[in-house]
Amino acid sequence: MLVRDDIVEYSLDYHHSEEQGKVVRKKIWKVTAILSLITTIEVLVGVFFPKGEDPGMQWEMIKWGYILLTVIKAGYIVLVFMHLGDEHKTLKYFILVPYTLFILYLIFILATEATYIKGAWENLL
Amino acid sequence: MAGASSHQIDAATAWGGKTSPFKVSYGKMMMWFFLVSDGLTFGGLLSALGFAKFANPESAGTWPMGEEVFTHFPFTHAHLPLLYVAFMTFILIVSSVTMVLAVEAGHRMDKRGVIKWLGLTVIGGFIFLGSQVWEWSTFIAGPDGDLTTWYDNTTLAHSTYGGEIIQEPDAHGHMHTTQIVQYGPTLYANFFFFITGFHGFHVFTGVLFNLLVLRNVMRGVYHRRGHYEMVEKVGLYWHFVDLVWVFVFTFFYLV
Repeated sequence: MLVRDDIVEYSLDYHHSEEQGKVVRKKIWKVTAILSLITTIEVLVGVFFPKGEDPGMQWEMIKWGYILLTVIKAGYIVLVFMHLGDEHKTLKYFILVPYTLFILYLIFILATEATYIKGAWENLL
Repeated sequence: MAGASSHQIDAATAWGGKTSPFKVSYGKMMMWFFLVSDGLTFGGLLSALGFAKFANPESAGTWPMGEEVFTHFPFTHAHLPLLYVAFMTFILIVSSVTMVLAVEAGHRMDKRGVIKWLGLTVIGGFIFLGSQVWEWSTFIAGPDGDLTTWYDNTTLAHSTYGGEIIQEPDAHGHMHTTQIVQYGPTLYANFFFFITGFHGFHVFTGVLFNLLVLRNVMRGVYHRRGHYEMVEKVGLYWHFVDLVWVFVFTFFYLV
């Protein structure tokens, strides 16, 4: 049998009623508010607590704060806007787990190598 | 929400045989596969940016500070760190929201709603692209567009990272161009233009997809088909573009 995704029975077309739509829209606007709030916080922190010429301990905390906020934003976009949170959990982890593992590994290996190369350059100079 | 997990599929129709282990249509799953690989590309690029930053002993002093990367705003000469980029981020978030609302309208088979929200998404995409054009041109040519100098009509003698151009006469009276580098090493500029450019290219193709799907929606193609899953699929791509920008924003303009 030829499988086509434009056949109604096959496509996993999820339909919902007007009332369900209201619930869904409420969630969308809630997430919009959260995303806007996080962005506003990031921008305000960026403006009022700049890295400056001599970044200290405070900057380290702000930096990791930015990264944490970014991951939270990414989570909301992927799980709510891209509906991955509502998909079957096999698909959800099939997408998230390999990706996360690979990126974490890549960041780890590049950070390690970068530090090593920097040390090698400094010894050379 | 739009997930298929709540929806039982006839095993015979799901994959033309056995049940789909993911309970998702072929097209949607392929879109996810594509997005994972595309996400790895962007992840690799941004990791490489970090690598270049940390591996270069000279970059400690010259690497630009995030909030000082772009401080211009149209129609003013004030020093406004982050404001313009925050505006671009907000535009992309809003267009992501209008896209998710278009998908929601599609689930109610509300053709007019889909047209309205998808149309707004396209407009948001164009505003973002226009903003990026302004950002790049300001980077390259300076806030007034007057720092660009064509040196001897052959070489584009400007700083690619928004540095200032100074023309000075030498002992023979010939004009020589001196650049004052304002935004750090060339390596940084390479990464900046490549990654924001690659993202901009994704926005551009996203707008094209959205336009094509909008045309089909207007012609009633999906209404006749009985579902608006195609809107959902291009929606996935569009949200991904927003997702990438979230990271680009952090690693270029904040950290």
